[in-house]
Amino acid sequence: MEESSKVIHAIYTDDDVLMAAVKKVRAERYHIEEIYTPFPVHGLDKAMGLAPTRLAITAFIYGVIGLVVATVMMDYIMIEDWPQNIGGKPSFSYIEGMPAFVPIMFELTVFFSAHLMVITFYLRSKLWPFKEAENPDVRTTDDHFLMEISAGHNIDEQFDILRNTGAVEVTLIDKAH
Amino acid sequence: MYTISNKLKTFSIILIVLGVLGVAYGFMTSHKSLEEVKTMLAQDGAHGGGHEATTEAHVVAGVENQDDNTHDENAYDATADVEQGSHDDGHAAHVQEQLAKRPWSAMYVAAFFFMMIALGVLAFYAINVAAQSGWSPLLNRVMEGITAYLLPGAIIVVAIAVGSHYIGHHNEIFIWMNPDVVADDKLIQNKSSYLNIPWFIIRAVIFIGGWSAYRYFARKFSIAQDTAEPGDNRYFKKSFRIAAAFLVFFIYTESIMSWDWVMSVDPHWFSTLFGWYVLSGMLVSGVTVIAMVAIFLKSLGHLPLVNDSHIHDLAKYMFGFSVLWAYLWFSQFMLIWYANIPEEVTYFVTRIEDYNLPFFGMLVLNFLFPLLILMNSDYKRIPWFVMMCGVLILVGHYIDVFVMIMPGSVGDQWFIGIPEIGSILLFAGLFLLVIFSSLAKVPLTVKNNPFIKESEHFHY
Repeated sequence: MEESSKVIHAIYTDDDVLMAAVKKVRAERYHIEEIYTPFPVHGLDKAMGLAPTRLAITAFIYGVIGLVVATVMMDYIMIEDWPQNIGGKPSFSYIEGMPAFVPIMFELTVFFSAHLMVITFYLRSKLWPFKEAENPDVRTTDDHFLMEISAGHNIDEQFDILRNTGAVEVTLIDKAH
Repeated sequence: MYTISNKLKTFSIILIVLGVLGVAYGFMTSHKSLEEVKTMLAQDGAHGGGHEATTEAHVVAGVENQDDNTHDENAYDATADVEQGSHDDGHAAHVQEQLAKRPWSAMYVAAFFFMMIALGVLAFYAINVAAQSGWSPLLNRVMEGITAYLLPGAIIVVAIAVGSHYIGHHNEIFIWMNPDVVADDKLIQNKSSYLNIPWFIIRAVIFIGGWSAYRYFARKFSIAQDTAEPGDNRYFKKSFRIAAAFLVFFIYTESIMSWDWVMSVDPHWFSTLFGWYVLSGMLVSGVTVIAMVAIFLKSLGHLPLVNDSHIHDLAKYMFGFSVLWAYLWFSQFMLIWYANIPEEVTYFVTRIEDYNLPFFGMLVLNFLFPLLILMNSDYKRIPWFVMMCGVLILVGHYIDVFVMIMPGSVGDQWFIGIPEIGSILLFAGLFLLVIFSSLAKVPLTVKNNPFIKESEHFHY
């Protein structure tokens, strides 16, 4: 499989040109491996046909977990384990004293939801300190956009298509080392 | 150009006629003689046998948990009160007054509810104009149309409030209007320099005058901008300026209005965040109605440029304001519950004891449902989904107003029966008739608004 390790890098200097190029390349049925941009390009994920993120769903689930943790914790501490009379607040059942617990229930819901979602994001996008940067071209963090497509059987034709989409640089990269 | 269909006209007139019948029925059945009230209470007492038994059972349970006898004594007093009360003339007279107040209060709650929608829409409109929002200009005419109800609606609210004093005997919705009550009440006497009928009317005239003046000029400038030369934004700038000025006026008058028209129904009680609380309910029901009217007009093909994203934005506001409402409701409730100062806490004691289901039920309708239903981004783009959720929110906020007004006027003699439903139908019919006639007067899409292009291409 010599060919599959080869990719073509096409570099653009404008996000509108990049968007048009993505549509063209997809219409030609070439597989886009990756796109590197210096900033979020609105609508790029849709143009690339990426599946929508499910991060919001995980956040909801984490929030529910936080709510359950807060409820179980305070029901155990304040009602089950040591139901003291503190300033006349009812400690006979959870529901009777609930207004006083709501601020904590709310905060823990938000805390779990936010933090676990961020951690999920880091895990899913494989981000951590001391991670080696996967940047094929340093200019993509400044003002250039890079599209990487896998090289097919007819590399010359692919080169032509990419040049016609307005790429300022097209290079064949051999990824196999 | 939208024209009000005969079907809609007939529908609203049917609502009004049914409503008038219901209200008339309410007034005819509400005036009971003292004897009738006594027999009614005696019958209730007979039925209440089981009621007392449960009270005692509860006390026993309380005793098991607590060693001191305070619970016991309180319970004894409460039971004694019930037994004594049912034979007491004073109690019967009190109940008689509450029954006489019921049709008035039912009308007042419904009138205030629909007025509050129009006012909420006006505030939301002014916010969008002052913030120069790019998404909303397509909906400007819808919002302007809904605010047409504000002037008649607000006049009706004040007329019912004051009318309940001048018409009939001792059936004031606001007890501070009753001179006999004020004569025995030191607390209200001390507030009488603020709570008196002439001053109440003067304040109402200032509020209604200011709001209607803004509504009149905002609509005038909006229509004038339609025919302005391209690039001539004079009227747009004018409407921006008056919107900013109105918002300052509004936040003061809305606050004072909520003390006058809602909070003073319990003149012994006060809460500092009450104005915001009423405001949040007003905004959420206003935005809900904007969404519902927009979806309705779009389904008839009158708003072809309004897309899913506009509905999505409105649904986001419905979601956000529902949570804001719940935040303010809880802040008010929790602060008073936590400190438990007797003079403040009576407000919630009566509501929890006599209005348990509506008081907590509305939390489900106004907070839990919108929170869970409108959280998903995809659902917010489905018109019928937003419509269904809108109905729930409106029902919830009607109950919210109900629970704010009724405990102060009819106490535990409440019921959602013919007078209440009749009043809702009456004002719903009037509301629909007024807003759709107003919508039919001018084109539904504004022209020459600097932001209209952005609004047409708005997508989320």
